[in-house]
Amino acid sequence: MPQTPMQSEPGAPVLRVENLSVEFPVHKGLVHAVKDVSFSIGRGETLCVVGESGSGKSVTARAILQLIAEPGRITNGRILLKDKDGAGETDIVALGNRGRAIREIRGRRIAMIFQEPMSSLSPVHTIGRQITETILLHEKVDKAEARRRAAALLDRVRIPNPEEALDRYSFEFSGGMRQRAMIAMALSCNPEILIADEPTTALDVTTQAEILALIRELQRDRGMAVLFITHDMGVVAQIADRVMVMFKGEKVEEADVFSLFEKPQQAYTRALLGSILKLERPAPRPPRPEAEKPIARISDLELHFPLNPGFMGRPTAYLKAINGVSLTINEGESVGVVGESGSGKTTLGRTLLRVYTPTSGKVDYWRGEGGVVDLASLSRREMKALYGEVRMIFQDPHASLNPRMTIYQIISEPLRTNTDMTERQMQGRVRDLLTRVGLPADISDRYPHAFSGGQRQRISIARAIAVRPRLIIADEPTSALDVSLRHQVLDLMRDLQAEYGLSYLFISHDIAVIRYFCDRVAVMKRGQIVEMGDVVQVCENPVHEYTRTLISAVPRPDPRLRLQMAG
Amino acid sequence: MSEPTVQAAADAALLDQQVDASRLQGASQWGLIWHKFRRHKLAVFSLVVVGFIYFVALFAEFLAPTDPGRFDPRYTYAPPQSIGLFVDGSFQPHVKGYSIELDQASFRRVFVVDPDVTIPIGLFVRGQSYRMWGLFETDLHFIGPLDPSQPFFLMGADRLGRDMLSRTIHGTRISMSIGLVGVGLSLVIGMILGGISGYYGGFADRAIQRVIEFIRSIPTIPLWLGLAAAMPREWPPLQVYFAILVILSLIGWTEIARVVRGRFLSLRGDDFVIAARLDGVSEYRLIMKHMMPSLYSHIIAAITLAIPNMILAETALSFLGLGLQPPIVSWGVLLQDTQNLRAITQAPWLFIPGICVVVAVLALNFLGDGVRDAADPYAK
Amino acid sequence: MFLFVLRRIAGMIPAMFAISILAYTIIQLPPGDFVSTYAAQLAESGTIVDSARLESLRDRYGLGQDVVTQYFKWIGGIVTRGDFGDSFEWNQPVTELVWDRMGMTALISLLTLIAMWAVSLPIGIYSAVRQYSVTDYVATIFGFLGMATPNFLLAIVLMYISTMWFGASVGGLFSPQFVNAPLSWAKIWDFITHAWIPILILGTAGTASLIRVMRANLLDELHKPYVEAARAKGMPETRLILTYPTRVALNPFISTVGWVLPALISGELIVSTVLNLPTAGPLLLQALKSQDMFLAGAFILLSGALVLIGTLISDILLAISDPRIRLS
Repeated sequence: MPQTPMQSEPGAPVLRVENLSVEFPVHKGLVHAVKDVSFSIGRGETLCVVGESGSGKSVTARAILQLIAEPGRITNGRILLKDKDGAGETDIVALGNRGRAIREIRGRRIAMIFQEPMSSLSPVHTIGRQITETILLHEKVDKAEARRRAAALLDRVRIPNPEEALDRYSFEFSGGMRQRAMIAMALSCNPEILIADEPTTALDVTTQAEILALIRELQRDRGMAVLFITHDMGVVAQIADRVMVMFKGEKVEEADVFSLFEKPQQAYTRALLGSILKLERPAPRPPRPEAEKPIARISDLELHFPLNPGFMGRPTAYLKAINGVSLTINEGESVGVVGESGSGKTTLGRTLLRVYTPTSGKVDYWRGEGGVVDLASLSRREMKALYGEVRMIFQDPHASLNPRMTIYQIISEPLRTNTDMTERQMQGRVRDLLTRVGLPADISDRYPHAFSGGQRQRISIARAIAVRPRLIIADEPTSALDVSLRHQVLDLMRDLQAEYGLSYLFISHDIAVIRYFCDRVAVMKRGQIVEMGDVVQVCENPVHEYTRTLISAVPRPDPRLRLQMAG
Repeated sequence: MSEPTVQAAADAALLDQQVDASRLQGASQWGLIWHKFRRHKLAVFSLVVVGFIYFVALFAEFLAPTDPGRFDPRYTYAPPQSIGLFVDGSFQPHVKGYSIELDQASFRRVFVVDPDVTIPIGLFVRGQSYRMWGLFETDLHFIGPLDPSQPFFLMGADRLGRDMLSRTIHGTRISMSIGLVGVGLSLVIGMILGGISGYYGGFADRAIQRVIEFIRSIPTIPLWLGLAAAMPREWPPLQVYFAILVILSLIGWTEIARVVRGRFLSLRGDDFVIAARLDGVSEYRLIMKHMMPSLYSHIIAAITLAIPNMILAETALSFLGLGLQPPIVSWGVLLQDTQNLRAITQAPWLFIPGICVVVAVLALNFLGDGVRDAADPYAK
Repeated sequence: MFLFVLRRIAGMIPAMFAISILAYTIIQLPPGDFVSTYAAQLAESGTIVDSARLESLRDRYGLGQDVVTQYFKWIGGIVTRGDFGDSFEWNQPVTELVWDRMGMTALISLLTLIAMWAVSLPIGIYSAVRQYSVTDYVATIFGFLGMATPNFLLAIVLMYISTMWFGASVGGLFSPQFVNAPLSWAKIWDFITHAWIPILILGTAGTASLIRVMRANLLDELHKPYVEAARAKGMPETRLILTYPTRVALNPFISTVGWVLPALISGELIVSTVLNLPTAGPLLLQALKSQDMFLAGAFILLSGALVLIGTLISDILLAISDPRIRLS
């Protein structure tokens, strides 16, 4: 049931930003990172700043604390912070980026948390040292008192055994725990404003849900204003009171969260929301045939990595990256594998292609020319014969294309090794392939660096379908792409599926993409499949508890759903 | 993994890159490297200097006014002459002659410039004959006195009255070639061992790493000295030259192996290499066509940075009398003369080969730094 | 921590073994066995060769037996009795010759190392923080010059300058009246007034590269997220830089000992030869030139050991300083 959140009557603004501009001088020129942006934020309110990379959202956040990296500088505007007594205002821009006055604000009145919990804490100082330091900087208390408060803060952000945790180092904690410690540090002097710069982007979705809930809870307790920077519309819908959309350094639109999602005013916002909402429901797909014909059947697959070289090179402990996986992929079917980092999903895909050699288990594969082979036990030479029909698409389109080879060399490589084509025939084939994936045919003598992420992923797809593809293992093929490009790439893959009768093993951490693209889905956790079934079934009525947690943790781009999630 | 702290700067740089990219869309690896290298002004200048030094090394016989071994006891420690361009108002490049006086206080012979004696000089003059690169006989010299028997010491003379300029030029050939050839030898060892180490990993990698660690922990000079001292005295100069090369390479390969191994190790896990493997590419083609091109520029940088170390090592060894021996002339051999404190107070120009060492080593280091920074034009 | 140290010490044993083999190989390299060489030398100088003595020498070093046995005789003597063999040139046990000299080499190397760190650390930090400032440029230029100048050349230039301008020659580690004097404050002071010259010469090249290392390390760290996070807490800039990035950058700096120390010992050998210091250098060179191989082998073995001990100490320091190493 939709309900207006309690912050509907926001307090008086504690921070007003007026006509802020930030410029970066670069080699022969100036980059206007932020152009004439104005907004304000009230006590107890959450303002989300949303935009794609390069939109200037992070720079805006840093400007408020005068943290802009050299050689960038604020060239215009005012940042007015309401004084404690409520009488006057302080212009942060006028304070400059050094000196006592700005330091009195940093950490004490406005605190900040960052994107990378892995590297935002010093690796050689204890967590406790870093938190107490903030308290001692700003308040006149003794060390014992500061330590007591630090422990209380860790307890508040629900880090277990806070006393003991104080004496530990950041690298002994998981990503989520580090972000909690960061939050504890930020809150140590009861700031009026918390700036959160993509605080959950580097985290898994279940951890993200916990951190978002924590931030919201702390905000309610303390009546803090929160400026939340993110690129994820789902997160926006879950946490924002008001939203400011930025594009190329300019403010596009500002509205309360409900109006923005219901009636976006600007074309850019509409396009952004449109491409996200498109992924919210499954693409139409033909019904599956009555009698399924398998193309690959994985049975009890295991892969163990030695954890330490051990004495005399004999390992004593193993990481069970794949721990007894069984899964069937049928002809013409798309099977999704969803899981968080460390679940073994990428390893599974790579093991099928024998990038890693499995420890035990079988992978039966029905060959194009008939016959069944076991991919798990084929020799290198026999495996090579299959590389024309079992293909792979990688996550990072920057890393998966050799920067030193031309597009022609890249796409023709599988033709060269798997067919007897002449150079001339290959040239023709590459042109056809490029046209097929929606790229101009005359780009084949260019190098990958001349292309954008989406274009490169199309080149990767062209390489994957170059010979006579039957089964394609797609490892997060859309994760590195901007939201607006994702469904385009997925639609291309779907068209090709119809055309070639392809089967996909589609690996992703993003349940929305899987739901859009796949017929069936397997949920992986710690090297095992915990649940498997029809994609709509699993998404709407998950049976396994982990699947339920996973699915409910995904922030849906619909602000009306937020209370259910918090429930 | 983006780097959030410098997010803004990175964004700006990205825009900057896009501007560049539009101009360099069709550029290959080498085009991009050159583009990046060119911005490093000091490195470009050093490239010119290094080019000049190797030019001198290549044409040593032609550029040197005389044979490095030609001596004339009359001109022991003769000071450098300076070139004058006009005689009595008409154009005639020349140097002044010497006259010898006896210093009454120290009873030493002192050279004074004799303003009355004019020795005309010129470019492309005939002098002592030599075999150019062992191919053909000629007596053409770039610069020299018109009359070859006249004294001509632009950089002074040494204890035996040999021309320091000629000797330094010939020393350039030996010293610079020791660097180049020595590094070539190191490269072969380093590439093979580093490649095996990085590509195959496992036991071979661990074993090779241990060896490298061990070699790097030994103080080099005592080891070199020990090996050099074991060389039989009666070996001919050329054999000594190659023996020194081998000794220096025995240690020099470790740095190249380290670079090659590191690159192979990271390349091995790179998506584009896995992609090539999944294209069914053969092992040989995978290494040669997909991995090696990413290595060349790094190897060039490593080589450029290894040459100066070779030069310094040869200089030190020869200086101590355990490296190259006269009559071979290298900068280190020439610097042996500076061990005599009395000699250098009397003839400070004996330091000139030392200046050459410093200049060559500096230029190679700057050049190497520039190449290294430009070596990976795709890095963000 | 105790286990860590123990493991490191255990790890040194194979390296020590390898160095001893290397040293023995060098002893063996010159053609002919050294007793014959010795006999030839004696004969040359007109001394009567005592064949019984030669025979006992042959027996002592296991000549005529296979190389492995000879090696174990040699290393066994060192390990059990501290017996490095005899120097044929000096006609003395090697032990009597090496320890004083090696001790001086170790002392000079250690003092230089400390001096290098003391100088390069602050300059490196300043250079990184004030990148492209005048100080940074001066430090960079000095750095490159220091790296490109062979230290023997620097030693000679310094000698030349002091002779030309001050009319006094530098050299030695003690004034003549102190050379054989017992240890006293006056002797220590005399040592200091002499030792700064080799320390200055030796330290120049290393200091230059250490400044570059520290500068590069710190530049890498200065833009890490944790620095920005600390800045966002409101820390004063100077304190922030010293507490966080400098502290992290210090760790790779400590581990430079691994290559600085071998370079220092190498440099010390050359510089002490030029300046004629009573350290290992001149004696080693002399020994090598006259193929007095047991003496030379002892120096090579001991300088290798010196490096191993230095590296061990730096490993322990590093573990104390870096929790990531200590706790993994």
